[in-house]
Amino acid sequence: MKLRNLALAGAVAVTGTGVWAECAFENEIEVKMLSAGFEAWKAVADAMAECGNFEAELDQEFRTKQPAAFAASPSLYHLGGVSNGTITPLLNEGTIRPLDDLVAEYGQDLSPNQLIRIDGKIMAIAMMVNTQHLQYRADILKDLGLEVPQTWDEVMAAAEKIQEAGVVDYPLGATLKSGWNLAQDFVNMFYGYGGSFVDDSNNPTINNEAGINALETMKAMTPYLDPEYLVSDSTYVQQQFQQGKIAMANLWASRAAAADIEGESQVVGLVETAAAPLATADGPPATTIWWDGIVVAANISDEEAVAAFKLIVEGLDEEMVSANNEAAIWLVPGYEPGRFATGAIETLSAQPSPPAYPSTTAMGLMHTALGNGISDYLTGAKDAETALADIEAAYITSAKEAGLITE
Amino acid sequence: MKFKTFIAFVGPSLFMMMLFIAFPLVSVFTQSFYNVQPEFEQVEVETCTPGFPTQTCVTEVKSRPVMDENGNIKTTTHFVGLQAYRDVLEFDRVGAAIRNGSWSQLMTIDFWKALRFTLTFTLFTLPLVIGVGLAIALAVNNAARSLRGPVIFISLLPFIITPVIGSLSIYWLFVGDGILTAALERWLDKDIAMFAQAWTIELLMLFYRVWHVAPFAFVIFYAGLQTVNQDTLESAIIDGANRLERLRYVIVPHLMPLIIFIAIIHLMDSYRVFEEVVGFRSQSHVISLQWLTYDFLVPDDSGNRAISRASASAMLTMIGIVILLILPLRRTWRDHKGSH
Repeated sequence: MKLRNLALAGAVAVTGTGVWAECAFENEIEVKMLSAGFEAWKAVADAMAECGNFEAELDQEFRTKQPAAFAASPSLYHLGGVSNGTITPLLNEGTIRPLDDLVAEYGQDLSPNQLIRIDGKIMAIAMMVNTQHLQYRADILKDLGLEVPQTWDEVMAAAEKIQEAGVVDYPLGATLKSGWNLAQDFVNMFYGYGGSFVDDSNNPTINNEAGINALETMKAMTPYLDPEYLVSDSTYVQQQFQQGKIAMANLWASRAAAADIEGESQVVGLVETAAAPLATADGPPATTIWWDGIVVAANISDEEAVAAFKLIVEGLDEEMVSANNEAAIWLVPGYEPGRFATGAIETLSAQPSPPAYPSTTAMGLMHTALGNGISDYLTGAKDAETALADIEAAYITSAKEAGLITE
Repeated sequence: MKFKTFIAFVGPSLFMMMLFIAFPLVSVFTQSFYNVQPEFEQVEVETCTPGFPTQTCVTEVKSRPVMDENGNIKTTTHFVGLQAYRDVLEFDRVGAAIRNGSWSQLMTIDFWKALRFTLTFTLFTLPLVIGVGLAIALAVNNAARSLRGPVIFISLLPFIITPVIGSLSIYWLFVGDGILTAALERWLDKDIAMFAQAWTIELLMLFYRVWHVAPFAFVIFYAGLQTVNQDTLESAIIDGANRLERLRYVIVPHLMPLIIFIAIIHLMDSYRVFEEVVGFRSQSHVISLQWLTYDFLVPDDSGNRAISRASASAMLTMIGIVILLILPLRRTWRDHKGSH
């Protein structure tokens, strides 16, 4: 575990070994990829490397590097791993190419669900989806005779029972690390209450009932959390699960499988997943849908683009998925949803369905303002309305500076 | 020395200083008065993303930057005067807080919250670094010769650790049930959460910085101690001065220029406190001025960064350092003039 964490913290280079055992063709043009560094990317990069002449940089700081690297001419990488949250700067600057021709010629094996269409053009090939779902200790809920909670009210009620029973250190875990994670939790909850962040002219619309409800639900969680919740990110919550310290959390689906890693987890076989809880009885699950996928740089020659695209098809084939079935909720044909995928699939197929995370220039600014502003409410420095008003003010300042709002 | 020879010696470093210090400074100064904005257009965009079992498509109005004929984003540069400084300092909110007489309201405004912490941090660590550094130097100086090497080596270790790594190590020792927190909990027999409130985090930060920087002060003082005039010390002993009096009337006056030197370096360094905030993930409770600049500068997922405000915030940090340095520098200047 330590080794893997270290590897994820820095950059990992996976280089083709020259043994093209399981690749359908031999790649002759050098292709480079920059992507995030979690398990699924490692699996895809390894599969691509089988074709030779391929080099992947798996780096968790990819989102800071990508826009500049792709803007260079020629682009420093041919392929980029993106998510719906990080594709925006590449789209805005026009540094990735439409893939319609390449898909028509080489992409017969891709499923239509994988083709990310923006403005009618295929701009990325998705490989997996991610979302938050409710992860829970089935043994604890069963011992205490509790149903699996479906709404946040039920989550709090169950947390109260678990707290009274005193079977774990803290009934709940949450990814509330100040900054990006904290803002993301608000985004989930706010959508759960039916809010929308900005209007058509990019003015903020969060200081309303939905915003206050979202904040209050977040605060209602805090008595059941580790008091250090403002530093707790996904890895921290995942470890709390593995060490048997918490009983429930609304956590990223991609983190679930870690509960079954022998030698690292003390709760192997005890963790189950269900749909992300609802904020209101008839609303969508309080979460957002994310996809991860691959884009091809615009500033490279057409031959390089063809070679790069053929690698995508090879990297996202059935063989890779069957070898790494548990690493993600794959969109690739041949994926067999496992035990841990239950929650994510229930979330994704819920009616009304949760929205995809809206990646826009305005949302980027809003996410930052939220990440910096919400903790003042949780620590008690401000009440909900003041906190939301200040976040709106901070957003307006940045939006004016960025040129999104004109006076 | 002939002027020509002088220039030949000094020229290269002058050039380097212009290139790496003066030019970026002027550039940041200028950028703080200008704002570069992309031109946006409102377009209706249909986005199709994976769903279960089939794709879901949504049509939304989005703001998208306009491209010029070369495929670059069209931007316009405006002169905005002091707007970026006003946005960082937020005087209207400060005014409201002062009218309400509310310190806690003032402390919710980023810049002032950061300034409060930065100043406390700088001014608390300064005497501690000098005191601890001097204490180690005196201890080593009085230690048996055979012990000195190993003791110097061990005392220097904290200084050679990269600050971010050092602060992360402290974070891991204390976060959750980290070994030191667990030890404290067992000893005090109560539940402790070091990262749940501001004051414990600040205490850890002070501790970490003193632990990290004191060896630097120690090395300088130790070198200084080797030059103390032994005759003066001996005559002080003959005059009946005890240990403390010798320290106060002989050693400290001798080391004064070094104390000023360390104070200047430390003021400059600790006013730029940054690694602790990142390493301890303390943004919810404690932020520093340098972290504020970083936060403006770091791009979000959509690629936005607030360059003007980052420049303004950087300039304000520099002004702060200059103000802090005026006192010790004036003293050095007086001493310097007096010695001629």
